[in-house]
Amino acid sequence: MSHALLELQRVSVAYANQPIFTDLDLCLTPGQFAALVGPTGGGKSTLLKLILGLLACTQGSVQRLPQVTMGYVPQREMIDWRFPVTAEQVVLMGRYRHTSYWPWVTRADRREVAALLDRLGLTPYAKRHIRQLSGGQQQRIFLARALVAKPQLLLLDEPTTGVDLKTQHDILHLLHELNREGMTILLATHDLNTIASHVPWVICFQHGVIAQGPPETVLTPDILRQTYNADMVVLRQDDMTFIANRSLAHPHVAQQGALAHRSRRVPDGVLR
Amino acid sequence: MAFFVEPLQYQFFVQGLIAALLVGCLCGLLGVYIVLRQMSYIGHGLSHAVFGGAVVSHLLGVNVYVGAGLWGFGAAVLIHHLTTRRDLPADAVIGIVTTASFAVGVALMSRVHRFTQDFEAVLFGNVLGVSEHDLLLIAVVTVLTGLAVAVLYKQLLFSTFDEAVAQVAGVPTRLVYLLFACILALAILASMQVLGVTLIAATIVIPAATARLLTHSFSTMLVLSTVLGGATALGGMYLSYYVDIASGASIVLCAALLFVAVLSIRR
Repeated sequence: MSHALLELQRVSVAYANQPIFTDLDLCLTPGQFAALVGPTGGGKSTLLKLILGLLACTQGSVQRLPQVTMGYVPQREMIDWRFPVTAEQVVLMGRYRHTSYWPWVTRADRREVAALLDRLGLTPYAKRHIRQLSGGQQQRIFLARALVAKPQLLLLDEPTTGVDLKTQHDILHLLHELNREGMTILLATHDLNTIASHVPWVICFQHGVIAQGPPETVLTPDILRQTYNADMVVLRQDDMTFIANRSLAHPHVAQQGALAHRSRRVPDGVLR
Repeated sequence: MAFFVEPLQYQFFVQGLIAALLVGCLCGLLGVYIVLRQMSYIGHGLSHAVFGGAVVSHLLGVNVYVGAGLWGFGAAVLIHHLTTRRDLPADAVIGIVTTASFAVGVALMSRVHRFTQDFEAVLFGNVLGVSEHDLLLIAVVTVLTGLAVAVLYKQLLFSTFDEAVAQVAGVPTRLVYLLFACILALAILASMQVLGVTLIAATIVIPAATARLLTHSFSTMLVLSTVLGGATALGGMYLSYYVDIASGASIVLCAALLFVAVLSIRR
């Protein structure tokens, strides 16, 4: 635990007596920007909840730096979009640790929230009900709620799911900025293409860490096959990386089921 | 004007009117949190659980209010424990805990035949039989609830909207839930005499659901639901007086009519 912001040692978590992962070791250092990638149901969200203290481990230990503050952006489907709150009210909730004991909102709270909404380009939408926002605006509002608490460690669960490509890039660009300012970030996603070119450290996860490291060393067909139990094609050109599931890239293969197709397509491996 | 003034010459009506107004406001206020947590069934369930507690307390010679209140609080805590710690579905747990509790009351009532009309009032409400003692209890619980909701405004809002993130942000969500369960048990206890356990749930849910149709703001919803709860209680009392129907039922019918009216306007 010498330099680690967060260290998991031989951690096991079970759900209804079914192990989600066992003997997991993982370490996050201050200022790290990492993506947790893996298939749906592979235990990514469970790991985030364990780190956040929302779940208890059945074995092992989770150690955080003393007084470390955490922010959390949950999956969009966890939000009740019918709840009667405006965008500004959602962000104000995030001020809980910094606000007074009085039930009303202080001027300092409003100032902080207004500044953050301005930074994220959300000022015109502050008074709108959360359901009246676009997917990207909604995602940024919940990011703002986490950021307004000024966390040292920010955890995000699928922050780029359900938003358009430009918004995905905007969100990751913002995360980069925050990371440069010193924030440690861990985001869980199954969107490989987005993180391949944006995140400096990738943790491939399926019921345990399969591999971790810079994207160019971790995002290989072999590791991705172990992570997703599926054949992946990895294409690299200049600084860009494209990853596709082989069966999704050629849906007609699945329909025809012809082995002959395999011989006409690229062999397994990284194409350069 | 005479329409409103005439019933006020009767002391029992005035007392009943005040009791109904306070209970309507109380249930309307708490209903916001219950409707938004999508736990409408808990109001129905807890009112039945409290009935079981009331019967047991009566038989044991314990103060019925204290016994039933503790029983209701215990049921709410047990429901929360089973849903969060044992990961059982909330609707099933509420059904099991509260119906079993109600069954205890019914079983004991059928076994011991010395119950008086008091328990019929507990089941179906008898606002005209509200004593000064009952009125004082209702007033105290209403004031306490109002204070608790004001003081815990931020904590209740955050944990109702997003319990997991509220916990990460430092809100003591478990404590907040326990306090809320305690307030809810007290509110149900205070409302039993006026509405009866079988009708409390509707008085909790309908004003809040109506208010939700009218606003997108949480604070406005709190005020609206409280006002609508009080207003439909007053309307129900006058309806009960002039049409000569049970007061609990007339209050619920007024609230339901208002809901239908708002729903048809907002379509």
